Amino acid sequence: MSTRLPKGGRLIDRTKPLNFTFNGRRMQGYQGDTLASALLGADQMLLGRSFKYHRPRGLVASGAEEPNALVGLGTGSRFEPNQRVTTTELFEGASAASQNHWPSLEFDVGAINNTFGRFLPGGFYYKTFMFPRFAWKHVFEPVIRQSAGLGKVPQDRDADRYEYAYGFADLVVVGGGVAGLAAALQAGKEGKRVLLIEQTAHWGGRAPVDGVEIDGRPAEDWVKATVEALGKMANVTLRTRTMASGLYDHGYLLAYERIGDHTPGDGRPRHRLWRIRAGHVVTATGAIERPLSFAGNDIPGVMLAGAVRDYVVNWAVSPGDRTVVVTNNDDAYRTALALTEAGLIVAAVVDARASVTGALPDAVRAKGIRVLEGRGIAKVKGTKRVTGVSICAQAGEGAEIEEIDCDAIAMSGGWSPVVHLWSHCGGKLIWDDARAMFRPDAAKPPTGDDGMSMVTAVGSANGALTADEVLADVAKQMGGKAAKTNSVAEAALEPVWIMPQGAGPQLKMKMWLDYQNDVKVSDVQLAAREGYHSVEHTKRYTTLGMATDQGKLSNINGLAVLSDALSQAIPQTGTTTFRPPYTPISMGAIAGEARGDIFQPLRKTPMDEWHGANGAYFEPVGLWRRTYCYQRPGEGVHEAVNREILNAREKVGMLDASTLGKLIVKGPDAGRFLDMLYTGVMSTLPVGKCRYGLMCNENGFLSDDGVVVRLSEDTWLCHTTSGGADRIHGWMEDWLQCEWWDWKVYTANVTEEYAQIAVAGPNARKVLEKLGGMDVSAEGLPAMEWREGVLGGCRARVYRISFSGELSYEIAVPASEGLALWKALIAAGEEFGVMPYGTEAMHIMRAEKGFIMIGDETDGTVIPQDLNLNWAISKKKADYLGKRAQERSHMASPDRWKLVGLETLDGSVLPDGVYAVADGVNANGQRNVQGRVTSTYYSPTLKKGIAMGLVKHGPDRMGEVIDFPADGGKVFKAKIVDQVFYDKEGAKQNV
Amino acid sequence: MLILDCPYCGVKAEETELQAGGEAHLKRYGPGSSDEEFDGYMFMRKNPKGVHFERWRHAYGCGKWFLAARCTATLEVFGTYPAQTSAPPADLQAKIKSKRPNWEGYK
Amino acid sequence: MSITRAMKRYSAFAIAREAMSYHQNWEEAWRSPAPKPKYDVVIVGAGGHGLATAYYLGKNYGITNVAVIEKGWLGGGNTGRNTTIIRSNYLQDPSAAIYEKARSLFEDLSQDLNYNVMFSPRGLLMLAQTHHEVRGYRRTVYANNLQGVATEWIEPKRVKELVPIINLDGPRYPVLGALYQARGGTARHDAVAWGYARACSAMGMDIIQQCEVTGIRSEGGKVVGVNTTKGAIDCGKLGLVAAGHSSVLADMAGFRLPIESLALQALVSEPIKPCMDVVVMANTVHGYMSQSDKGEMVIGGGTDGFNNYTQRGSFHHVEETVRALIETFPMISRLKMLRQWGGIVDMTGDRSPILSKTPVENLFVNCGWGTGGFKAIPGSGWAMAELMARGHSPLTEEFSMYRFREGKFIDESVAAGVAH
Repeated sequence: MSTRLPKGGRLIDRTKPLNFTFNGRRMQGYQGDTLASALLGADQMLLGRSFKYHRPRGLVASGAEEPNALVGLGTGSRFEPNQRVTTTELFEGASAASQNHWPSLEFDVGAINNTFGRFLPGGFYYKTFMFPRFAWKHVFEPVIRQSAGLGKVPQDRDADRYEYAYGFADLVVVGGGVAGLAAALQAGKEGKRVLLIEQTAHWGGRAPVDGVEIDGRPAEDWVKATVEALGKMANVTLRTRTMASGLYDHGYLLAYERIGDHTPGDGRPRHRLWRIRAGHVVTATGAIERPLSFAGNDIPGVMLAGAVRDYVVNWAVSPGDRTVVVTNNDDAYRTALALTEAGLIVAAVVDARASVTGALPDAVRAKGIRVLEGRGIAKVKGTKRVTGVSICAQAGEGAEIEEIDCDAIAMSGGWSPVVHLWSHCGGKLIWDDARAMFRPDAAKPPTGDDGMSMVTAVGSANGALTADEVLADVAKQMGGKAAKTNSVAEAALEPVWIMPQGAGPQLKMKMWLDYQNDVKVSDVQLAAREGYHSVEHTKRYTTLGMATDQGKLSNINGLAVLSDALSQAIPQTGTTTFRPPYTPISMGAIAGEARGDIFQPLRKTPMDEWHGANGAYFEPVGLWRRTYCYQRPGEGVHEAVNREILNAREKVGMLDASTLGKLIVKGPDAGRFLDMLYTGVMSTLPVGKCRYGLMCNENGFLSDDGVVVRLSEDTWLCHTTSGGADRIHGWMEDWLQCEWWDWKVYTANVTEEYAQIAVAGPNARKVLEKLGGMDVSAEGLPAMEWREGVLGGCRARVYRISFSGELSYEIAVPASEGLALWKALIAAGEEFGVMPYGTEAMHIMRAEKGFIMIGDETDGTVIPQDLNLNWAISKKKADYLGKRAQERSHMASPDRWKLVGLETLDGSVLPDGVYAVADGVNANGQRNVQGRVTSTYYSPTLKKGIAMGLVKHGPDRMGEVIDFPADGGKVFKAKIVDQVFYDKEGAKQNV
Repeated sequence: MLILDCPYCGVKAEETELQAGGEAHLKRYGPGSSDEEFDGYMFMRKNPKGVHFERWRHAYGCGKWFLAARCTATLEVFGTYPAQTSAPPADLQAKIKSKRPNWEGYK
Repeated sequence: MSITRAMKRYSAFAIAREAMSYHQNWEEAWRSPAPKPKYDVVIVGAGGHGLATAYYLGKNYGITNVAVIEKGWLGGGNTGRNTTIIRSNYLQDPSAAIYEKARSLFEDLSQDLNYNVMFSPRGLLMLAQTHHEVRGYRRTVYANNLQGVATEWIEPKRVKELVPIINLDGPRYPVLGALYQARGGTARHDAVAWGYARACSAMGMDIIQQCEVTGIRSEGGKVVGVNTTKGAIDCGKLGLVAAGHSSVLADMAGFRLPIESLALQALVSEPIKPCMDVVVMANTVHGYMSQSDKGEMVIGGGTDGFNNYTQRGSFHHVEETVRALIETFPMISRLKMLRQWGGIVDMTGDRSPILSKTPVENLFVNCGWGTGGFKAIPGSGWAMAELMARGHSPLTEEFSMYRFREGKFIDESVAAGVAH
């Protein structure tokens, strides 16, 4: 059984017990425990079920590489699936539950897949489930989906908050082991701005566990002293619980700080996502131990040798009472020594190497432990817990030589440098045959914006193995002098990719490579046999390395097995691509604070508050919110809109038009510039007058429209659509800076500096006159002119322009005076029946008048000529943006669909977007069409449906009736009519 | 996550401050040009895997358009320069040539 | 011709049979031959589109003396890096025709190829979150119905029934309804490439991986062959089907294509139990999501903004996408991102593909699928094969590379701001 040892545990505080539950059972651990060490200390070895075969699984590792031990953590709005217990710090009241089983962890029906495992080899689903055809979606897939998927689905809205932070450093050192500390110390001494980050809560990495001594003192003391020294340097920042998740181009390093995971609900953000710009990155990310591939290597109790050592030394937890160590290298002997030191039994060290000598094996032998040379494990005995091992010759086929009783196995297949950050931005790896590892190729580093290396790998991350090598590597690459350590010489490891070497298919079907995804040696060999030779093919065919640990334990072993199957060298096989994040990071952290109301910036007009208080039903228009209509108590949206229209037509209405884009264009060449920008002529517009203008993109399509105002001899004001201001301003600057840079023109976007109010309706003039201060008479301010003055006490510019067809004034005042003017107009208008109206009423009134709307009549494929707007296109001008494009054959074609009005024969409202059909079908069997509806409304003014649409040869077909098939077989018959439905003569606006 | 030096305000600008604008040094063809010329100007953009000259706007900064020489295969930035020029500066071209001897040169 | 004569059929029975010998006797899914000196047709690019083109050349036109050459590993480009969405709810007629052809071929593809590509018509929703979008999608439904594409407009209540984890009432962009294609869905992307590759190989076609094209040879304006890292190969006809690298190949043939190469990113969460059976696209906030059979939430967004051949993108796009999806599906806030990646997409001036003859006789190009290529694979291959075999195809008629010169665009951004 696994137990808490009576003494020891360098990271735990036995005076601070912590209570937690696992699957509802109450357990106890200590401050400093991980959930993993606490569970193990409570003899909970069985922690989960695997993905495919639902095999019982326990801990394999002690860190981020753990593939098996994932739990659902927390409850309700703080529940999170797939939490890795090895990287979860224990806290009081933690509630964990195992995953992927039914009905219980101990008895899981899904384990039947294990029994039939032989019939479910890698990629089996590509070869079956094909008949009958409907069965994939309706039978097989639902079953597969239900049995796959690991954790439970969070149900509630996340109760936690998350934040971003920004960091800048000359040098970011990733990893707080002795290599990272030494590197940071050296850079700190050189005066560089250094940021040192460590993913766990502790400094020092493996060295204190491995009994390293530096400069004659225990590594723990050296670490403490070094951290203190770094802490005193003003140019050095230290941060624990912060994992470098990804390195992106130009030195952009993303780091994930787990602030509140171990103190849930304390009000602090849960995670902080650091966006760091690093001058250079040092990866001191260490190495990860590789498992050995022997039959039954996934049975709970089989663990990495280094992890066993960690549990004993760091947390005083023994994975078992009687352990067999199996290895191909010297390092694992440290585990045998650590176990003995803790008073535990090591039944034997099984070493695949034929002859084992050296300081570490000798030390083990001196403790009286058997060292079996040239031996391997034929298979592990036990199901939910190791009960023993069958020993065989490594060189053989698995014939049992002896059986050894044990309840834990500590395995080591060598170490692989953590090269993820090095690789994210294209750093290359080389295969080191002597050490059997891929390590960073210093000649092919990831490069930054200057084309120079942006990463240096040091220590174990660079392939160094002993403490001496690690510190020497740091000194060599970072400068300074390496400290001396107590490292002893270690014999070379012998690559062992399967155990025993001659194992047959039956054993290989029990050798796990990828624990979580249940990928075995036999699966990789099958992929190779079937032609999936690329490492990417094998990965995808078998799912090797695609689990939530992203193959940290399995990738190297897998590609070694693949190389062997293909009879090619390992570097020829290569690795799969390393992609961020290093370990999974929360979506919450990625989103940061931008959620709910502040998901995106919200733009409000100066009168927004009034609208909100007066029944506004808002709609988003770009980032703006605008009032769609003002609802009165008990009133529906459509009733409100109709009321607003009738009131404006009969009395007077007010629209908040502040969102309209307002761009100043000024300078000696401003007129010439606007003549290029607009299809019409703006240079001839007299001061004091207004003119409607159209803008096209260079591809000829209509992109924006609005009224242009000449403010003075060299100054124009261009109104744009609400969504278009920033876009059109950028467009103007583009041409001025990149094409006509010698033209003397200045532009400014003054959209938000003004509030703008449209007052429209027969009583509009009366309202303004009541406010007083300006001559707004028919003679004093004729249509399409503007005047400046003081209106009701506000400094105002009044334009006599109309988008509704009514007598209409648009009044612009400084934004700060907008609300005051709005209220003043409401008050002054009361006796004349004033009501505010929203965007929908505006849309309908303009449609009644046959005015086009950008985004309705246009959709990026429409040119002004399609909309019968030739009157706004100058024939005289040699050039304007879009003119050349409009000369192309398809754009000049007489067969283009053109704008007309449409009226149903029965007065009903045509559906939005409906198409008019023509006879027959096209070459692809699609029904031929001849037009479509672009705007359609019920007109309360005319008491019937009105619409505009684009119809082939439309203007030549007045009076013709065409068919619009709509939902449920209903066909609308509509007559082609003039697009102006209301006040064709324009009498109402010209009074 | 690119960083480009804005040649106007001198700021080392982050990608999120910038707006990409496609190929630089386009010659505009207006009325009177042939269909081929206009098509070439509008759509037949250079799309090299390697050295590329392109337009950027320091949109959330000084607002200026500028030009950059950048490698699309490694994202190395060779230099940035003002937009008011019809060809890359000679010293920049020489710098690129020294770093990429196989570069065919600006056409 | 029947593909079953040449290879052992896959079935549950075959698995049981092979299990008896511990799966030691499965044959290769495709051969890996050395190139022959000459083929009737050479296709450059062994992604889904290239392999499908070869497959339908064989199946529909009996042309089997074909090589598909690939500089990396087959299916290793965008075929193996997309978010596997299949839909045909396009607005413009030419798009709807080719995407619906593809979607309908997907329905029987597993049976046709004898390889389970796991086509799952689980239903696809495009959310409308502004009034403008409501109008756009209603228009699409009307267009689709005339095009023979089955889509419908659904109200928020039905959206919630189909997607229980959705938040209909976001403070900024409440869901106003959706464009729903019940027979849209997903398929297993790698399997599509592998299935076509296996079927092509069985017809005697050569799939040559790790073979990069270094030059394109033509004589008198006619293409005659390609030079590769595995030697010169002559051909009667040549098809360039190489997505992000099409410009580089066109340059070798002496012409330019109206495309630019950009990075497109995607990401997956850690796997969880089934919680969303349909595919949801939210174009206003810019993100889309489905759940894979493994349980991962598969997430994508828009493209990066600048020319890029690195297959890596910028992180702020991932942030924007995740933010958008947390607004739409609040529960994903407590999931974790497992992996993010990028691909290179080739974007044309109107964001629609090019299937076209070129200035070089007998040289054809199939590219420009932008962000939406996976869903088109069977239809694209079918149409490209017809174009190459017969010289014209009604499905490719409007997708000529010369359409830009005429101002005849196929613009889909009208209905959907976000691609995919």
